[in-house]
Amino acid sequence: MKYIDEFRDPQLARQLLQEISRKTTRHWTIMEICGGQTHSIMRNGIDQLLPEGIELVHGPGCPVCVTPLESIERALAIASQENVIFTSFGDMLRVPGSTKDLFMVRSEGGDVRIVYSPLDALQIARENPSREVVFFAVGFETTAPANAMAVYQAAREGMANFSVLVSQVLVPPAMRAILSAPGNRVQGFLAAGHVCAVMGYSEYEPIAAEFGVPIVPTGFEPLDLLAGILKTVEMLEAGTPGVANRYGRVVQREGNPAAQDVIRKVFEVVDRQWRGIGMIPMSGLGLGGEYDRFNAEKKFGVSHIVASESPLCMSGSVLQGKLKPDECPAFSRECTPLHPLGATMVSSEGACAAYYNYHRNVSFP
Amino acid sequence: MSIAPACPLPIQQHETVQMAHGAGGRFSQALMQRIFMPHLSNAFLDQLDDQAKFDIPAGRAAFTTDTYVVSPVFFPGGNIGELAVNGTVNDLAVGGARPLYLSAGFVLEEGLPLQELEIIVRSMAEAARKAGVMIVTGDTKVVGRGQCDKLFINTSGIGIVRRDVSVSCRNLRHGDSIILSGSVGDHGMAIMTTREGLSFQSGITSDSAPLNAMIEAVLEAVPAVHAMRDPTRGGVAATLNELAVSSSAGIEIHEGTVPVRDDVRGACELLGIDPLHVANEGKLVLSVAAEDASKVLEVMRAFDCGRDAAVIGSVVADHPGMVVMRTAFGSRRVIDLPLGEQLPRIC
Repeated sequence: MKYIDEFRDPQLARQLLQEISRKTTRHWTIMEICGGQTHSIMRNGIDQLLPEGIELVHGPGCPVCVTPLESIERALAIASQENVIFTSFGDMLRVPGSTKDLFMVRSEGGDVRIVYSPLDALQIARENPSREVVFFAVGFETTAPANAMAVYQAAREGMANFSVLVSQVLVPPAMRAILSAPGNRVQGFLAAGHVCAVMGYSEYEPIAAEFGVPIVPTGFEPLDLLAGILKTVEMLEAGTPGVANRYGRVVQREGNPAAQDVIRKVFEVVDRQWRGIGMIPMSGLGLGGEYDRFNAEKKFGVSHIVASESPLCMSGSVLQGKLKPDECPAFSRECTPLHPLGATMVSSEGACAAYYNYHRNVSFP
Repeated sequence: MSIAPACPLPIQQHETVQMAHGAGGRFSQALMQRIFMPHLSNAFLDQLDDQAKFDIPAGRAAFTTDTYVVSPVFFPGGNIGELAVNGTVNDLAVGGARPLYLSAGFVLEEGLPLQELEIIVRSMAEAARKAGVMIVTGDTKVVGRGQCDKLFINTSGIGIVRRDVSVSCRNLRHGDSIILSGSVGDHGMAIMTTREGLSFQSGITSDSAPLNAMIEAVLEAVPAVHAMRDPTRGGVAATLNELAVSSSAGIEIHEGTVPVRDDVRGACELLGIDPLHVANEGKLVLSVAAEDASKVLEVMRAFDCGRDAAVIGSVVADHPGMVVMRTAFGSRRVIDLPLGEQLPRIC
């Protein structure tokens, strides 16, 4: 299949792997930021093919995983209300709150619907003028433009029955938090290709300079990942930190100005809770100015709801690359995709789910 | 405005299903005569008794039942009617049985256009003819609007098991070849592309088909097939896992040997779904001693539904109860059961 098979060519993969092996003279710890990258690595077994010196740790870039428990609780409270149509990306429906998930709300009679785009949620709102339609706006810079566009459209059309529950987060503050944390082991990053497609990569340049790390915008196909790893290793070995793009067919330094524009119009940078990690200052987006009237938390009066995590779940350490999923004592015991203790076991982008699905209990040489 | 005096005669000829059609009275009879009998008529059904009576050859009988609730009832490449016949025919056939007689129970939603019902019944008759089975007894109920979604169909079936055959999901043996009859994921993706809210167009059509003729030919050539399954809900991944667990055997499959249509693969890539997890309605997975594999392939490839048959892997001594894929890069990964339903109501 065009544009896919080219980036999965086993022969080229072998060449890149040989090159990585040749260049690697010592142990390096590299974090892939995005959960989509984690899954591709696991699915293709790239971790099994890398030389021993290269250790991949898995980053926080899974929107579902970092959405704080209190946002889930607020979603459950809104979705349970009469006259509400609660819309969400499918992944969020199985994320456990402290007592239930959105699927259970639906089985109890709540009108919870899976949509593939926030603009679909907007359409539902147009078609149901007498009902309140709420969209669960989670995600990183990748989902922000479409989520912002839905709110922007709703404002332009003067819609009163549409609102969004926002839990929108940003990558650069999380990278700073990881690099500044005591005991940090991460020496280089594969930056999330799709985030960079929106935001570009100039915002990583100060981070690379301040912390002396290589940051390499990287795609999701096996060859993309191997090329990103190779570049990171080359920069680490040469001792030349900086930002080097290895996802040139998608990412430009300036990113997508139109997408950034609508984000700036609708959102403002705010402090955000990250599930399993805690509060990171100025690490998220919230509705700003005139758009705050689309804030579902205020509209439905759920801002007071707070929640605390299962003490067994160590997803915070997993999300910061301090712990591999299978090093968690609850992994594949108390915590499985059927009974997830934390969101990293739920989401299709979660590191724990990736380990469980592709590697569980089998040691591959 | 003029008022024409009209005789208050009840409407006799409805164009949609009415509650009265399920009440057992004249309306029910009319529905039988107008929709069901013209298409399904046969010597057993024509008796219109509460049961069908027939002789069956001596030996072991196989008996199965399945209920069909697919949404939408019409989908690219088929409809709920032929699905209901093919599904039950296949459930019998993969047990090594020759399917003979089917029952059909209908739950109809008030307001269902009779024209749609007739199309569905006609394709059931067509599917039964193709599969060489007879629908010999049936039942119809009507429920109020909103209490079901257009119609649900239950079919049960009886077949006779070949004497020389003993297929079972517990029969995998070390060294067996795992054979798949053709491309995976066609049915599930055909349904997915018609789903509300997912507006992409494709030429993907359901693979719904009866497998009994092909299976009979395979068993004629190689009676010693160890295990057979039709990989419906949960896809090939679920079927392989069931076989591995039931037989406490490991299965290793090879990436690139599993046939996937390009359009299905594209849709799966777009939606982030593994084609191995997507439902099929006309595919066969079987396990057979390696030395018999080429003979089985030759027989299967002579049939339309087996044209793309391929060996996709083998039964191994490692990782009993688990299915592992050898990737194109030489690494390995576990092929797990899909967690839940990716697509609600696919069959």
